[in-house]
Amino acid sequence: MRVPVSWLRDYVDVGDVDSRDIADRLTAAGLQVERVEFLGSDIQGVVIARVLEIEELTGYKKPIRWVRLDDGTSERHVVCGASNFEIGDIVAYARPPATLPGGFQIEARKTYDHLSDGMICSGAELGISEERDGILRLPADLTLGDDAVDALGLRDDVLDISINPDRGYALSVRGVAREVATSYGIPFRDPADVEVPAPDTTAYQVSIDDPASCDRYLLRVLRGIDPTAPSPRWLQRRLTLAGMRPISLIVDVANHVMLDVGQPLHTFDAGRVSGPIVVRRARDGERIVTLDGVDRQLDSTDLVIADDSGPIALAGVMGGASTEVTESTSDVLLEAAHFEAVLVSGAARRHRLGSEASRRFERGVDDALAPAGAELAVRLLQQLAGAAAEAPAVDVDVRPPRPSISLTADLPGRLAGVPYSRETVERRLREVGCEISESGEATLSVTPPSWRPDLRIPADLVEEVVRLEGYAALPATVPTAPAGRGLTRTQRLRRQVGRTLAAAGYVEVLSSPFVDAGSAHRLLLDADDPRVPSVRVANPVADTEPYLRATLLPGLFTTLARNVGRGLTDVALFETGPVFRHRDSPPPPRLPAGVRPSDSDLAALDASLPDQPQRVAVALTGMRQRPGWWGPGRAAAWSDAVEAGRLLARTLGVEVTVSADRHPPFHPGRCAALHVGETLLGHAGELHPRAIAALELPAGTSAMELSLDVLLAAVPDLATAVPVSAYPAGSVDVALVLPLAVPVAAVESALRRGGGDLLESVRLFDVYTGSQLPSGHRSLAFTLRLRALDHTLTSEEMLAVRDAAVAVATAELGAVLR
Amino acid sequence: MSGPNDRYDPKEVSALSADELDAAVTEARAAFLAAGDLGALATAHVAHLGNHAPVALARRELGALPPQARADAGRRVNDARTAIQAAYDERLAQLEAERDERVLVEETVDVTLPTDVQPTGGRHPLTLIQERVADVFVGMGWEVAEGPEVEAEWLNFDALNIPAWHPARETQDTLWIDPPSGGVVLRTHTSPVQVRALLERGAPCYVVAPGRVYRQEALDATHTPVFHQLEGLAVDEGLSMADLRGTLKMLAAAVFGPGTTTRLRPDHYPFTEPSADVDVRCWVCLGASALPGGEPCRTCRSEGWIEWGGSGMVHPVVLASAGVDPERYSGFAFGMGLERTLMVRHGLSDIRDLVEGDVRFTLSLGRED
Repeated sequence: MRVPVSWLRDYVDVGDVDSRDIADRLTAAGLQVERVEFLGSDIQGVVIARVLEIEELTGYKKPIRWVRLDDGTSERHVVCGASNFEIGDIVAYARPPATLPGGFQIEARKTYDHLSDGMICSGAELGISEERDGILRLPADLTLGDDAVDALGLRDDVLDISINPDRGYALSVRGVAREVATSYGIPFRDPADVEVPAPDTTAYQVSIDDPASCDRYLLRVLRGIDPTAPSPRWLQRRLTLAGMRPISLIVDVANHVMLDVGQPLHTFDAGRVSGPIVVRRARDGERIVTLDGVDRQLDSTDLVIADDSGPIALAGVMGGASTEVTESTSDVLLEAAHFEAVLVSGAARRHRLGSEASRRFERGVDDALAPAGAELAVRLLQQLAGAAAEAPAVDVDVRPPRPSISLTADLPGRLAGVPYSRETVERRLREVGCEISESGEATLSVTPPSWRPDLRIPADLVEEVVRLEGYAALPATVPTAPAGRGLTRTQRLRRQVGRTLAAAGYVEVLSSPFVDAGSAHRLLLDADDPRVPSVRVANPVADTEPYLRATLLPGLFTTLARNVGRGLTDVALFETGPVFRHRDSPPPPRLPAGVRPSDSDLAALDASLPDQPQRVAVALTGMRQRPGWWGPGRAAAWSDAVEAGRLLARTLGVEVTVSADRHPPFHPGRCAALHVGETLLGHAGELHPRAIAALELPAGTSAMELSLDVLLAAVPDLATAVPVSAYPAGSVDVALVLPLAVPVAAVESALRRGGGDLLESVRLFDVYTGSQLPSGHRSLAFTLRLRALDHTLTSEEMLAVRDAAVAVATAELGAVLR
Repeated sequence: MSGPNDRYDPKEVSALSADELDAAVTEARAAFLAAGDLGALATAHVAHLGNHAPVALARRELGALPPQARADAGRRVNDARTAIQAAYDERLAQLEAERDERVLVEETVDVTLPTDVQPTGGRHPLTLIQERVADVFVGMGWEVAEGPEVEAEWLNFDALNIPAWHPARETQDTLWIDPPSGGVVLRTHTSPVQVRALLERGAPCYVVAPGRVYRQEALDATHTPVFHQLEGLAVDEGLSMADLRGTLKMLAAAVFGPGTTTRLRPDHYPFTEPSADVDVRCWVCLGASALPGGEPCRTCRSEGWIEWGGSGMVHPVVLASAGVDPERYSGFAFGMGLERTLMVRHGLSDIRDLVEGDVRFTLSLGRED
């Protein structure tokens, strides 16, 4: 809402204060002023002048005039491209050095072979109208040489206010002025406080069919309007300042009243309305062509104004073309009505047709305003367009009585944290417009004013008191919470996961969870894989990505590719977060607000949601260890991805087993499955070359994805200390020859079990394949570190452990000591 | 060098003479000094302190002396040997020091060589700010609450007093899970966690809920369809707007630094009444840019204040929806965008930097500060 301060001053005498101060006070009271515009302050050197002589210059592509002007003190010559003026006209003359809005400097300059000493201004150039085609012609009574800004009243400040959905009354100068008066503690003159004629039911036949949707419909019958009468400049200027375009006198008057007091008005050409007017629901199949020229299909959710011909207006939103006032309209039916907010907002959205009227009805219009609003318009039309003095009114008024609110007198103070006296509470509520009847020592019976339909419960009244007393005056205290339990175990463990991966060189990303249907295909997933996206957004941000991710990998890969595309060749990324997987479930129960649902209803709500397991994933490419003076470096590989999983498990104290697996999108020969006991934790490895090609990733890109839920659930409740022996360790190396197909993990496991308690650790230090071995075999060399808790091991004991370890490997796997 | 084997009249042999011993000492000292390195010194050690060195031979002759002469000669031999050993030790220490000096010089490296064998990792600034704020509140006894990102419509809207006809539910604001009438949405704010926390814990309840939220919005420099919010909720007997104000001041100080000025400004939210927006005083211009004639400020766009989040006293309908008696309990809630918080805190101009996952950006902010 754009509010010219000059307009505000008609209703509240703020005296000599800066508009910024008004803006600050309004903002503090809850009408947020986004911007204060200081119009006219940037215009300099524009004076009133008279046209003395016009010479038409010829030989140019368009008509050009060479004009002699009298600026009160001297004669000046300017070149002018407009032709809408005559000798003797009074004009606004930008006399060099002059400045126009936007900082445009006007100097004398040569143009069309003449030295133009400044220019004659159009309305647009002065920022006061949209008129660009011709220059501005001014009244003859102005004094030559006077500053045009002062003479024309161009100086004005405009407050641009953002109006919240609960403050419909502030979509009017009346509403804003009332807030200004309250915040300065000065009187307010209500522009809607006008004498209105007594209703006359015979003036026109009107009925309301749906009183729940329209509880008031007032019509004034105006005759004898001069359709050629123009809007006076003050009216055009006000509308322009308020951000509306002047159109015609009748429309401008209706808009002016709406901006002034907040009552949307509509005018029908009386000559084009046939028969009685009915406010009713549209019938299925009915249509209307609205003023914007669009032919609209209506149904029973639409409220319309209808005559014998059918709908002639979409109630509260827009009028119909069939009864539009035209350049020949002389008789008018002027509508001032009150429509229900939800109904209007629904219609405006359904028809994608927001209007100044619908914006106001949606936020709530003062339901007592119709007679005054109509009367203000009638008076203007009588004054400016010669409308007949007789303008009878029909007023169908079926408004329910306004309910009162019972307010505990100390509630505002208790909720604010400041004790307000009862007198303060009552005064503030009266300033808002409430009527208060004493209903008891501790309670007030408060009836909100007709322009505040948003005030419904005691808390609404509390806000009024607190905002007017000032949020800035609230003290600041920090409440004492009862002793808390700290972060949950899961929250602590999740932090550990992030820190571990970051310390291992992975950079965290929070990638977009939206994926396309093809993402599963690029990952080579089978149709029944749970990682195929299955939760779909009905109205996606991008039509190409309608699904929610069912695996973290697509987002990681996209981010990886983006980094690589930016020339960062060595990238290791990780992400943790939920994925979304469809599960068959009944739709959630429909529950009312304001009532705690039963536990079974809450369970049903949760059950209606898709499965949202938490996962952790890494992806890496390029060099895991950089080349440098220390050596050639090492490329990121399947082993890093597996190690990322092992590292997490190790750090969290979870025992995982690693085994070879075939699992898309991984390379079938370079894919590890990680298990906790029998439960699958996830997979890691190098990506399948086809996946790499489809994803446009660098060759060798590797990845890991685990179920974070499974991982964290496997973390032992209480860590147990390992007994530490202070006796010296001995170490024995063994080299075992085994078929290539036997995995190292199996050999390690056999050695461990064979070695028993004295075997402290097993570490593979060499893998050898070569001609000295039988084909299809390799030699695995392990260091066994041995130690006893209670004595120094003898060499006999150590050899016995080694033999026992090897014996198991031999028995189970056919290992041969080399 | 042995003397005549005369068992009855043992007499001094020349090796035991004082002169001979002095000469041995002198020779040994010279030899040790002449040894230029540890190898030569070892050779000299054999010659002068070894089994065939003069002092060793002299000691062997002691037994042949008559008892009355033995003590005297023995002392002389010992003195000589001690002197030679001392000379050796001194030279050894000298030569070892020289060697060590030389080796350490030879082993000197250029310590400015690069050492970054493994690229650095880091966590996302959005994760860190969530943890930072959570820690502040946990320190005050609050807890960190969570809820699902795909959420029931009832929890995201109805329970928060956002009725069915409210524009926020429209498809231009809310992302609906297919089928659109199924009552399931991508949560548009972290506020449903308020309701979940109250349903789970009842009153009193003090929780913060950081998390990811979704809106139907195209990605540009200042908007993203997926972003993060921080929600706070306190419900207890006797809580007031003064408590809200104090809590927000403390939060602002924790996020933007001590002494950060905040203000509350009336606003409207369906789930709070009274409602307030939270602004933070621009710490670049300290509000000077908003005064007449003030220098323009880019950080606050010359408004003097930076809009940070929304807040208010929990609406009675919300309390009742979660089974909390609004007659007995009151509460406050607040919520702010974490992307916006980071943008303001670090002077970022493009939200896409927080979304795209460029590791250069993440590493620059992915640390505690």
